Amino acid sequence: MRVTVIDYKAGNLTSVLKALRHLSAEAEVTDGDLASIEAAERIVLPGVGHFAATERLDATGLTPSIRAAIARGVPFLGICVGMQWLFAGSSEAPEQRGLGHFTEKCARFPEGPEKVPHVGWNSLEVRPNSRLLAGVEPGEYVYFTHSYKAPVTADTAAITRYIEPFASAVERGNVMGVQFHPEKSGATGLKILGNFLAWREN
Amino acid sequence: MITKRIIACLDVRDGRVVKGVQFVDIIDAGDPAVQAARHAREGADEIVLLDITATHEGRQTLLDTVRRTARELFVPFCVGGGIRSADDAAQVFDAGADKVSVNSAALADPRLIDAIGRSFGAQAVVVAIDARRDPDAADPVRDAQVFVQGGRKLTGRRVVEWAREAEDRGAGEILLTSMDSDGMRTGFDCELTAAVSEAVGIPVIASGGAGTVAHFVDVFGRGRADAALAASIFHFGVSSARSLKEELAKAGVSVRLPC
Repeated sequence: MRVTVIDYKAGNLTSVLKALRHLSAEAEVTDGDLASIEAAERIVLPGVGHFAATERLDATGLTPSIRAAIARGVPFLGICVGMQWLFAGSSEAPEQRGLGHFTEKCARFPEGPEKVPHVGWNSLEVRPNSRLLAGVEPGEYVYFTHSYKAPVTADTAAITRYIEPFASAVERGNVMGVQFHPEKSGATGLKILGNFLAWREN
Repeated sequence: MITKRIIACLDVRDGRVVKGVQFVDIIDAGDPAVQAARHAREGADEIVLLDITATHEGRQTLLDTVRRTARELFVPFCVGGGIRSADDAAQVFDAGADKVSVNSAALADPRLIDAIGRSFGAQAVVVAIDARRDPDAADPVRDAQVFVQGGRKLTGRRVVEWAREAEDRGAGEILLTSMDSDGMRTGFDCELTAAVSEAVGIPVIASGGAGTVAHFVDVFGRGRADAALAASIFHFGVSSARSLKEELAKAGVSVRLPC
């Protein structure tokens, strides 16, 4: 199983690569080589930084290549900022557009007594029929670290509650995203990455 | 619901664990990779490796240790000790760490926090603070003195103002050690932890003083800690992070279980 992991210089890819390789995937990194996106069998867009870093996807011309790959049916997984990029944008960097695959926008957690960022292990309320989260039981925990979050919509695959309910996973056909870090979420995270690697068009 | 984290801490010198969460039945107490994997398997929510090696050769050993430890570790992994520059941090991240912890180098030049955060994100920067209450200060707790070099050297900084500056500069978390409590097993310094936790909007990890399960309950409640560092917890009649968390759950603390 070959997986193309996109490096857009937003933090550290080591953990994601390690987890994919642990699951016997052949993970390769690209930082702007359009041919590798055109040939990709599966794409992972990680990201632990600032939404503004996704500007590099536009600057390198990757955005249209990714859009085309998604249209061809290539399974795509965005992680953290990589998931938020699937939306129209984020108030973290209002001038930077996302892919717009999901039309809503990401926003910061509201101010209040709770801490922002949301850091730590929190649970998932998985919606029925999620293929990405198949086998994830109620009460399983995953690791989060973020200050911005996606709204709950019809494409939400899981809801997590912190300050307010937000979309901790999204899924529509071959396009999937997780706000948490499956590569840092123990056995539950590896199960979710395994589901992504096993994903096939119905 | 967000859970309180139990973080296993390993002190490492020249590639071997010299102090840390000890198991009575462990065979190799010395290999950080073996111990980290075991803690993760037995319920630790996160692993911190603190390198206390001073020599240059030892630093190279550390990168190898981090690489070996990270290889099969699928929980958050923080590495601290001797990180003096963004380049040092980059090497540790390349070796597989998810976060770095900085202490004396950040006090010497606080711009280090900004620099690492810019390249790797705020979530990757933990600022470790060693503080001791100052009985002569107007507020002995909020104005606790910040020390470096294992408590031998005063910095002139006060705990709350330094924690706030660290947050402003982009720290993702604060790892707060009470030097009054460290090693005493009489409980965390809950007043100190609460003072810092209430002063900043980022998570605070409490460290120093745990002697019983009740001390953890106390620091998560009264101390408003988001996480607690467990060194030597297995002297307290629990055999793993999992059993510590089971006891915490019984006391009403929200923890990741099953794990």
